[in-house]
Amino acid sequence: MAQMALEGAAVTRRRWRDDHPILWLAVSRTLFGLLTLLAVSVIVFAATTVLPGNAAKAILGQTATPARVRALELQLNLDHSVWYQYWAWLTGVLRGNFGISYAARIPAWQVVGPRLANSAVLVALAGVIGTVIGVGLGALAAVRRGGRADDTLAVVSLGVTSLPEFVVGIALVIVFATTFWHVLPAVSLVPPGSTAWENPSVLVLPGVTLVIVIVPYILRMTRAATIEALESDYFENARLKGLSPRRLLLVHALPNAIPPVVQVIGLNLLYLAGGIVVVETLFAFPGIGQGLVNAVDDRDVPVIQLTVLLLAAFYVFVNILSDVVSLLASPRRRLPRS
Amino acid sequence: MSVTADKATTPPGGPARVDRRQWTRLLATASSRARGRLGLALTAVVVLIAALGPRFAPYSATQFVTTPFSRPSAHHLLGGDDLGRDVLSRLLAGGWVLLVMAVAATAIGLVLGTLAGVCAAYLRGRWDGIIMRTVDVILAFPTIVFALLLVSVVGPKLWLIVLAVGISHAPQVARVMRAATLEISERDFVKAVELWGIRSWTVMRSEVLPNLSSPLMVELGLRLTYSIVIISGLSFLGFSQPPPAPNWGLMINENRLGLVANPWSVVAPALLIALLTIGTNTFTDAVGRLAIGVGRGSEETAVVAGLAGAVMMGELQQFPLDEGVIEDPEGADNQEPAVD
Repeated sequence: MAQMALEGAAVTRRRWRDDHPILWLAVSRTLFGLLTLLAVSVIVFAATTVLPGNAAKAILGQTATPARVRALELQLNLDHSVWYQYWAWLTGVLRGNFGISYAARIPAWQVVGPRLANSAVLVALAGVIGTVIGVGLGALAAVRRGGRADDTLAVVSLGVTSLPEFVVGIALVIVFATTFWHVLPAVSLVPPGSTAWENPSVLVLPGVTLVIVIVPYILRMTRAATIEALESDYFENARLKGLSPRRLLLVHALPNAIPPVVQVIGLNLLYLAGGIVVVETLFAFPGIGQGLVNAVDDRDVPVIQLTVLLLAAFYVFVNILSDVVSLLASPRRRLPRS
Repeated sequence: MSVTADKATTPPGGPARVDRRQWTRLLATASSRARGRLGLALTAVVVLIAALGPRFAPYSATQFVTTPFSRPSAHHLLGGDDLGRDVLSRLLAGGWVLLVMAVAATAIGLVLGTLAGVCAAYLRGRWDGIIMRTVDVILAFPTIVFALLLVSVVGPKLWLIVLAVGISHAPQVARVMRAATLEISERDFVKAVELWGIRSWTVMRSEVLPNLSSPLMVELGLRLTYSIVIISGLSFLGFSQPPPAPNWGLMINENRLGLVANPWSVVAPALLIALLTIGTNTFTDAVGRLAIGVGRGSEETAVVAGLAGAVMMGELQQFPLDEGVIEDPEGADNQEPAVD
């Protein structure tokens, strides 16, 4: 009897997962994501606060009087234990208090906020355009596999995936801003107080650079996934029924290529989170990537902490989103993973 | 060709044991392909320039010998840079540190990642959980951001940048190696050795590790290319050698303002970095195409995604393309015998 009851319990638990696999995935991934963020916060705090000897002296410089150092130490909780410092910092962060920027002397959030908006526009723009171009070219290469278009795309994408972002960016500057044509600004100057989308021309070169860098990955994955679908039995069956090529591609092949492609798009968004650092600095684009580089130059700890936490949160969010979307797009995989 | 025949008749459990010199043969075959030869040639040219360049530099890399941003001339073949130093001399002297750093970071990443991945897969259970959760946490930091975080603490020390880049490679390598090890450790020859009661450490070292050479080769290439990209990017941002030192990444940043006056001061170092990364990536692609034939592990996704750059490689393991090997764009390569 007891054994039967146990088996019954096991069955009901599995059923709940089976009935709500997407909810299950979303909840479990979110919990894991929050744990990851907690671990990230420990690393960020440890790296920026605990290691560098005396933070108060670092902020005030070598010439500070002992009294001022002492006052700042009290303000930064430096007389308490490391754990208390971490707790005070974490609870502050959760309440939206990220500390005062050492360089700008205003709350770190006010330094990072406007930059975050600019970067978000840049990444969203590059992500959307890159995905459309990548999926389109990938499908084209898959349909014409072995043909000249496919070969050209394979060689070009292999070459482009190898290039560092700043090489792509420099090439674009030479072609469009300095040496050949002078049609676009080489430097993304945004007047203080205004935003990047109010000056759309500054988005072009950094945006195109990021698009060029991400398209090859999406292209290659779309191509591989579409070919896999094109050579499957169900596709052969649909073809033998005499469906039109357009309908075959759009209704039968591409939908089955969605899950892996969604994963790659997610990965490219994650790549963009790191890629903006170099590209924004190259074009002096006022985003969080350039802000991070400036903050590292100034050792502006609160701004560094906030930026890194934001990028890590973005990573966790995109990961969960791409897992859920690719699950939604693939009926076969809606069962929980073993 | 008998190799192919053997391969075809091999039972699903896999070959009894894979040749220990598998990796040298893999590399040799890869270098005999057009793609591999091209990659190797490009890499060799840039490595030679970086390694032997300092001996042939016509001027000192740090002395002011011409006018700032002067055009190329007979005396200064690539013109002058922002402070009037000879661009060619700086170019010849400014590569080897980058190369050494990239190789060191790759080595650290491969050793850490392989150790973590093989242990996670082979020890299973609690260790698997601990190792892979740590991997998840490190993955949440983009490599360049992780490096900047450490630099903000200790300052731009070269060893620190190498360490940071190496550590952020480890998760990707660990995931690929874990997947490959899981597959290998199910094979009969590993099971048999386990039944003799040999310690797991010994089994890992002498039975599992030698069979991971082909995914390891692909990872080596991908990580090396990515190390070069990241470390030259960090140099470009100014977080590598301090300014008077010649460095390709830093040269691009220093001379950007003179792009109109003397484009070569920027184009030349950018071109060398580009040739180097294209070279290593093309060679890796050739190796990866061959490795597809060697057991169905992680390799095919590696090739599909190319230099799957920053995050990709390890990530794709979460979502294996389960049915069928993805078609090789070079149809001819499919007919080639795999390197055992």
